[in-house]
Amino acid sequence: MGMGLRRTLQAASLALITCGAWAGASSPSSAREAAARASAAPSSAMGLAAWQQVYSVLISPRCIDCHTATDYPQQGDDRHRHFANVVRGPEGKGVPALQCVTCHQESNADSTGVPGGRGWHLAPLSMRWQDPSEKVMSSAEVCRAITDRSKNHGLDGPGLVKHHEEEPLVRWAFQPGRRIDGTPRTLPPLTHDELVAATRTWVEAGLPCPQ
Amino acid sequence: MSAATRLTNNLLLGRRTFLRVSATVAGGLIVSLHFDLPLLAQEARRADSPPKVDPPNAFVEIRPDGKIVIMVNRLEFGQGIQTALPMILAEEMDADWSQVIAELAPAADVYKDPLYGFQMVGSSSSISHSFQQYRELGARARAMLVAAAAQRWSVPPAQCRTEASVVHGPGGQAARYAELAEAAAKQAVPATVPLKDPSRFRLIGRGIRRLDSRSKCDGSLKFGLDLDLPGMKTAMVARPPVFGARVNHFDDRDARRIPGVHDVFEIPLVRGTGVAVLADRFWAAKQARDGLKIDWDVSAVEHPDSARLLAKYRDLARTPGKVAASRGNEKKIDTFDASDRIVAEYDFPYLAHTPMEPLNTTIRFDGDRAEAWAGSQFQTADQAAIADVLGLKPEQVTFHTVMAGGGFGRRATPDSHVAREAATIAKRFRGTPVKLVWPREDDVQGGYYRPMHVHRVEIGVGPDGMPLAWRHVIVGQSITAGTPFESLIVKDGVDSTAVEGTIDTLYDIPNFHVSAHHPTVNVPVLWWRSVGHAHSAFVMETLVDELATRAKADPVAYRRKLLKADAKKLRAALDLMDQKSATWRTTLPPGHAAGIACHEGFGTAVACAVDVSIENERPRIHRVTIAVGLGLAVNPLGVESQFQAGVGFGLTQLMAKGAITLKDGRVEQRNFDGYTPPYIVDAPIAVDVHIVPSSEAPSGSGEPPVPVISPAVVNALTRLTGRRYRSLPLVTV
Amino acid sequence: MATYKLTVNGQPKEVAVDPATPLLWVLREELKMTGTKYGCGIAACGACTVHLGGIATRSCVVPVSLVAARPILTIEAMAEDPVGRFVQDAWVEHDVVQCGYCQGGQIMSVVALLKAMPKPTHADIEESMGGNLCRCATYVRIREAIKAASQQLEEQARR
Repeated sequence: MGMGLRRTLQAASLALITCGAWAGASSPSSAREAAARASAAPSSAMGLAAWQQVYSVLISPRCIDCHTATDYPQQGDDRHRHFANVVRGPEGKGVPALQCVTCHQESNADSTGVPGGRGWHLAPLSMRWQDPSEKVMSSAEVCRAITDRSKNHGLDGPGLVKHHEEEPLVRWAFQPGRRIDGTPRTLPPLTHDELVAATRTWVEAGLPCPQ
Repeated sequence: MSAATRLTNNLLLGRRTFLRVSATVAGGLIVSLHFDLPLLAQEARRADSPPKVDPPNAFVEIRPDGKIVIMVNRLEFGQGIQTALPMILAEEMDADWSQVIAELAPAADVYKDPLYGFQMVGSSSSISHSFQQYRELGARARAMLVAAAAQRWSVPPAQCRTEASVVHGPGGQAARYAELAEAAAKQAVPATVPLKDPSRFRLIGRGIRRLDSRSKCDGSLKFGLDLDLPGMKTAMVARPPVFGARVNHFDDRDARRIPGVHDVFEIPLVRGTGVAVLADRFWAAKQARDGLKIDWDVSAVEHPDSARLLAKYRDLARTPGKVAASRGNEKKIDTFDASDRIVAEYDFPYLAHTPMEPLNTTIRFDGDRAEAWAGSQFQTADQAAIADVLGLKPEQVTFHTVMAGGGFGRRATPDSHVAREAATIAKRFRGTPVKLVWPREDDVQGGYYRPMHVHRVEIGVGPDGMPLAWRHVIVGQSITAGTPFESLIVKDGVDSTAVEGTIDTLYDIPNFHVSAHHPTVNVPVLWWRSVGHAHSAFVMETLVDELATRAKADPVAYRRKLLKADAKKLRAALDLMDQKSATWRTTLPPGHAAGIACHEGFGTAVACAVDVSIENERPRIHRVTIAVGLGLAVNPLGVESQFQAGVGFGLTQLMAKGAITLKDGRVEQRNFDGYTPPYIVDAPIAVDVHIVPSSEAPSGSGEPPVPVISPAVVNALTRLTGRRYRSLPLVTV
Repeated sequence: MATYKLTVNGQPKEVAVDPATPLLWVLREELKMTGTKYGCGIAACGACTVHLGGIATRSCVVPVSLVAARPILTIEAMAEDPVGRFVQDAWVEHDVVQCGYCQGGQIMSVVALLKAMPKPTHADIEESMGGNLCRCATYVRIREAIKAASQQLEEQARR
């Protein structure tokens, strides 16, 4: 991780801007966003490049393990099915006697290898980032879902920035603690600050989505 | 009557019994009885010198308050013997069952298995070997109580009767056992004693709830791991990553910095060497142990590897092994064309027992004696091993049998490796009770598995669809080679625990030939509930089902036709199962299929039908109907319970993660996330158990539920998918 | 080492332990309450289940430092618990236990289930009890006993 990957991502966004492959992917949806764009808004191409950075975080194991399309969460970098028959439950919090919080506390338990954060739960099925056969959804598919306010708990652009900035479980992904063998969990490809910045750029560019 | 049962009865009939009776200080009666002439005792004992009866209150104690304490000469670890043996004794004694207390006996000569001459639980032998013993104990105690009452009332004993711990005399006299106990202890011990006619049984044959239920539901029952003694410390051991490897050197600086850690030191193990940690508490010991930096010398030991072993076993299976069974013409199979021949190759992985209570043993060494606490299936061996390590005689080691949280064979280790480890550590800390704990990771990775096996079978099918020739090669490590059991169990190079269930098949197959290879592999192996039968029955019963399908025959009818004429017990079980399941088997909803299996082992015949569908790519077992023939069922409720749950245990070998695998010498699984036994969703939803009525000598119910279930389920799956399942675990359906 | 004030089965307790120590070992070794069992240490078997702040919790993976003020209920308190009592009675009535090592944890899970859902369906039982391992595999009777306890509770509520 770190600088190497970041440079790669920057290179990727330059390439995108140069070839303009994804230009005009999205049209601004609100007057406010249009106004923002008119002042100092990043270009749509920059927004798309930023989205790709956001997407790279969303589909990293720390995030996507709990954005499943199935009745259960995943765990580990290989995204295997959560052990001990843990299930989604009606609200994404498990079922009585086998809730997420039956094990996951409000912070990481490094001595026992169990990750934790406030309100540990699965993302709703509308925010699944994989299909029922556990294949990761494409950048375009995830982008369409995450910008659809009928699916994303009504979050607008600033709401998405705030979500990435403040939501405890999003923040957890960047401080995911240690596995039971004491080794640190793999981090997402960006730092939290970088995720928030990329989200902001993408939002300011008018939430463009790849085709 | 099975051969084993006949043997039991003959031995018991020809045996002298020794009884010792005395009064307790508190005025109670205590009775000890011992059968001499242990069948398998290592040292021959002169028949004219009765063995020492120690402790004196060996089997029954009548307390002044009317409580009757009955000692159980076996480990209770779920199988229900702690209820069933007292039922037998209380039956003949006419004891008030509500006043009976059962206690697990410590290691002592008097508690040795009357046939094996060895204190143990295994082979589903507890009831069959101790039925007569506990009946006689109860009957003698009763006779002496009656004699005391008769003397008190000056009436002939024949005019007295007993019921619920009371002797009733003529004319309405009555005396409680507790008040007669002291006088009873002074009566002559009857040389012979009549046993009840089974028609008069009040307890035997009735479904009696377990005596240990409440204490297991309210958290009060103490298992070995719950033991807490003054000054006790917890020990853990870092064992080699490859079996038998040795410590080069280790760095314990981090470990010693953990508060509560007392000592870290290298110890010899049964295989290789290890580093032991002694700490005040479990958590400190585990942190310290896991934090040790150990440089191991793994160069001098073989690095077993499951994939390489499988290839080797498959090659071996294509060559004849040591002959285990041979009937008819061995070459007959070669006369069949490919179209009339089935060739089937099966493979089974290593399996861990993983009893719920992790392995543990507590020992306090006091110099000239020691005290030990363990949930042991082999008290005699473990007591002797501890004595050996401590430089004591076995009788200098007081060995308490503690209730165990499951075992399934894992607590029956001929090399007593857990007991030896504990003793090795305790020896350094004289006067300090040391509790050695094997955390779950140690248990999963620590070996003593059911051996990996390959079976290769060639069957020549006759024009009527019946097998005319059968060549069967089994490849797998010998469980008993190199142990004290080898001379008894390995015959002509064949370990009978590997071939049982095939060589003694009750199917009538002419030209039947079984041979075995026992490669030596650097993986410690052990008997796993139902031992050889679990893999053998899987092979036999899936192949017989395949033959039935090929013959376009009903699987029950085909089995009936193929069974030997004298396979009465199994035939009766098959008939009863057929009768009890016929309705549901013929009215299954779409997507469901029935699977059948039957098998006899440990003297018990079992037939099984399952209703299976496929859900989430796994077998879903909606219903199991079991019929079981085990002679007289001492506690039918216990038998039902053993079968309802035992089939669930048997499903371990079908679980997607039901395998221990090794890669370059190292076990790949660590805990229940990697080696996963059945959870509730994997187990049958309903199991109805039907016992074939019988008054024959009883056989056991611990091992026999296991072999039938997995072939029955797989036979149903095959009917649903058309696939054959010959490689376990069942990773995909 | 740090000192923690815990409320266990209604009783105030104080322990001085390493903050990383799982609640399981505080209960078993500091407070000598051994009804809560160690089976795996990774929350894969459920033998260590207690109620923490009313939630069925795998005590083997919860460091004592994260318990805070939440009250702890263990199997030792279930005989006095309005639901626990019925579950234990159903367990005895149905002769559920074999080795019994997991059953305290099973019962703690069932009590949590029935408190949240007094009349669980077959599917509810399987999901809620899905992480409690019984190596003896007494699951058939566990199901029966849960249904019986549920019915008993309903009858009691009607009275």
